[in-house]
Amino acid sequence: MGIRFILMVNKQGQTRLAQYYEWLTLEERRALEGEIVRKCLARNDQQIRFELMFEFLCSYAGVLAGWLALNEQCSFVEHRNYKIVYRRYASLFFMVGVDDDENELAILEFIHLLVETMDKHFGNVCELDIMFHLEKAHFMLEEMVMNGCIVETSKANILSPIQLMDKAH
Amino acid sequence: MASSNSLMDSLFQRSLEDLIKGLRLGESTFISRSLEEIRREIKLTDLSTKSVALQKLSYLAALHGVDMAWAAFHAVEVVSSSRFAHKRIGYHAIAQSFSDQTPVMLLITNQLRKDLNSSNEHEVSLALECLARIGTDDLARDLTSEVFTLLGSSKALVRKKAIGVVLRVFDKYPDAVKVCFKRLVENLESSDPQLLSAVVGVFCELTAKDPRSYLPLAPEFYKILVDSRNNWVLIKVLKIFAKLASIEPRLAKKVADPVCEHMRKQNVGKSLLFECIRTVFSSLSDQETALKLAVAKIREFLVDDDPNLKYLGLHALSIVAGKHLWAVLENKEAVVKAMSDEDPNVKLEALHLLMAMVNEDNVTEISRILMNYALKSDPLFCNEIIGSILVACSRDSYEIIVDFDWYVSLLGEMARVPHCQRGKEIEHQLIDIGTRVKDARLELVRVSRALLIDPALLGNQFLHPILSAAAWASGEYVEFSKSPYEIAEALLQPRTCLLPDSIRAIYIHSAFKVLVFSLGAYFSAQEPTSPPLAQESTSSGHSVVNGFTYNSISSLVNMIELGLCSLSGTIDVEVQERAKNVLGFIGMIKHEIAEKATSQNSETEAHRAIAFMEDVFSEELGPVSSTAQEKVPLPEGLELNENLEGLQEICREVLEPMAESDYSSDKVSFSVAKLRIRDQEEASSSLPPPLESSSLLAEHRKRHGLYYLSSQKSEDHNDREGNDNNTSNEYPPANEISVDSFKPKKKISKPRPVVVKLDEGDEPKRKPDASSSNDESLSRAIQTALMGKGKGKEKEKERVKENHEMNVDTENIEQSSRREKKNKKNGERSSKRSSRRQRGKEASVTKPVEVPDLLL
Repeated sequence: MGIRFILMVNKQGQTRLAQYYEWLTLEERRALEGEIVRKCLARNDQQIRFELMFEFLCSYAGVLAGWLALNEQCSFVEHRNYKIVYRRYASLFFMVGVDDDENELAILEFIHLLVETMDKHFGNVCELDIMFHLEKAHFMLEEMVMNGCIVETSKANILSPIQLMDKAH
Repeated sequence: MASSNSLMDSLFQRSLEDLIKGLRLGESTFISRSLEEIRREIKLTDLSTKSVALQKLSYLAALHGVDMAWAAFHAVEVVSSSRFAHKRIGYHAIAQSFSDQTPVMLLITNQLRKDLNSSNEHEVSLALECLARIGTDDLARDLTSEVFTLLGSSKALVRKKAIGVVLRVFDKYPDAVKVCFKRLVENLESSDPQLLSAVVGVFCELTAKDPRSYLPLAPEFYKILVDSRNNWVLIKVLKIFAKLASIEPRLAKKVADPVCEHMRKQNVGKSLLFECIRTVFSSLSDQETALKLAVAKIREFLVDDDPNLKYLGLHALSIVAGKHLWAVLENKEAVVKAMSDEDPNVKLEALHLLMAMVNEDNVTEISRILMNYALKSDPLFCNEIIGSILVACSRDSYEIIVDFDWYVSLLGEMARVPHCQRGKEIEHQLIDIGTRVKDARLELVRVSRALLIDPALLGNQFLHPILSAAAWASGEYVEFSKSPYEIAEALLQPRTCLLPDSIRAIYIHSAFKVLVFSLGAYFSAQEPTSPPLAQESTSSGHSVVNGFTYNSISSLVNMIELGLCSLSGTIDVEVQERAKNVLGFIGMIKHEIAEKATSQNSETEAHRAIAFMEDVFSEELGPVSSTAQEKVPLPEGLELNENLEGLQEICREVLEPMAESDYSSDKVSFSVAKLRIRDQEEASSSLPPPLESSSLLAEHRKRHGLYYLSSQKSEDHNDREGNDNNTSNEYPPANEISVDSFKPKKKISKPRPVVVKLDEGDEPKRKPDASSSNDESLSRAIQTALMGKGKGKEKEKERVKENHEMNVDTENIEQSSRREKKNKKNGERSSKRSSRRQRGKEASVTKPVEVPDLLL
């Protein structure tokens, strides 16, 4: 199936968007989201703390640049039978659950494409944009992914139906 | 009144935006209050009010876990609206909340059909998206013809989505293949990149399920692999070839060249490069140039600063490790370096890779490296390391272990790693090795002694299982012990009160075994050599008999008695009973120890008792197959499936006294459980048990001898006395690991000791492969479709052929001459193919698949 689900979660662990491509009951969804968010946020917790420490250090000695990159953690977490590919953009985590043989780097590119597309539509997208225009975010995803397969990768193509809809209103 | 109410509701309805604003205020009752409103609004006839209510409900369901199954019917109502905005909300709600069990599912078939036939392409695409999400067997069957029509649509948007929906339709209704497959295949040659990426994605999923059926399409895929410039498409095609090449080796050769070409490109995307590498590692690893190139490329990943690339590099290496270990060995520095990475996931991958390298030559080195890491790591990773060493070493009945002395002492070291929490596994392996490997018992006893005499270990609850195993081993194999006194002392040291009662009981029982062994040695050795001279000195307590003097034996007895006295009042019955048993035994023989030393009468009561107890303990315990119970034939006339509930009513009075009755009088029961209990009771009873009970036991063993392993006396252990202490604790520092550690070392001169193996039951049973019938029928349908393409529709084939002729003509002449050569060999190959067909495991399902020769 390729992509199993797509989640957007903020730093506090609140789900801002959830799209599943296989049927799960409400309880299963809630449990899955809880586990994944805990796992990914815990990993990034260290990173956030490290970033703070790094900023502090840099204020004294600005020579440590490049070190930060060395100490980052990778964006892949194995969970149950999924692989979670995630990436943080400002305050939002984008998490995509994929099958084991999916190409992780391609999924990272997919996440980036999604963010760029939303950026293009909303103009410097932020958490609030997604909260108040959830249906648009879903619409973009529906254009991009069908049945867990990525079917569209052109930003213009993804956005054209939405732009039509906006005009109609 | 009602209408004015609804008007009010419509006029003053909260919009979705109001709802979200309200939620942000974080009022706890807000959701339930909104839900009440929604329930009221959704029942109104006005479709805009209804749709807004549904929209709010979908929002709450998606992000706040509110159940919306009850609104299924309302969602169907909203979908039937003629306004696009309403339809969208309705379809979104349906896709989000409908499952196969939703009762109103039947109601949307017609609506979907209507929208699929709509002239508005956006309505069509909404319906297609919905079908892709919720399509059931019935929906797929009923709407197949619509999907077929849309597959030929001139609008790219619609056609793309129709391609996307095919996956779900095929999955639910395999007969749809007959109708739609041809149109789907045609899209593989589409010039529109949008359509191509959609259709390749669909074939990638289809191929993953059942590669064999899609072999005939290899030429089409090959063309895409060579021509396409789109990374997404190429990645998917590579995935398809990875599957195809693993079942058709001739394809691998053909595909290797274009894959290498992609890898050699200067600015190839990392994702595509990685996919190429992974394809080579998983399916093309027999193509030497491709493999070498891929290994070279993976090195770039491993040394990259980006943790993602490092992780993926390690991950990819673990794919190839099984077949081409050299690829891992070439990158071993990077792998070892990754063990000290910041990221636990990277470390874990490196650990898996190191474990993949383990074989019987380097297991010592690698374990030493890993133990060094375990000492420095955080508790989580430390236990991962210990766990993976345990798993790797115990695989297939300790296949890779040659030197069991080393391994047993390694297990002992693990117990001393501060964060070790793998007590259960270590316990199991210590006992397992004790029962399976006779030659390792000396070392096992030595390691156990070291663990037992350390009072510090008793405070760590994670080590208790290990201590329990150590206590059992030093009792069971006490004959290998240098100083039984020391063991008994360790077993009864005051800090044992920190142990849980069940383990304490094992401690006491082991102390009992030590006592019986010591007494046995003392008494038996004294008999034959009893010259009057010795007799004199014995009375003065200085004669040494087999290591036991009168003084030492009596101090041993006194020490055990003293240690157990305090335990005879413990609350736990198991501990109390065992302690009392031993005390009773001591009480019986104590006064005769002194007598024994002076008198020569060997037929005393105590002597008989000790001899009997020695007998009981001398029976060697072997590993028990997990299927042993199944091997016991069912005795005639024994009904096992009968319901015995009524029995309790009838025999209540009979059963109760029986449970308490003395075992010797209870000869009626033959249950195995009873026998086992009796076994233990005998072992620990203070009285010499009556003869019939031991004869019963002997009889039982004779009858079921099959299930006990033969107990030969262990061969001499003298030859191993020398390298008793050859395992040093000095680890090489991690970053100074020499190249040698990975090279096969010279064979150790010492032969591998015998490891007792059971034919079955050592490995957990594998579940039978349960492939769903749906998949099977799908692959059958597709094979029929493709066969038809080959036979019936000559034109189609001709067209494809022409296409390839053109394609091939542009390639160089050399290749075409090679092709001719291959055609000559055709006869040879077809015989090969038929033999493969016979071998094919899915013979019933799989018809011989035609692979166009042009490609091969």
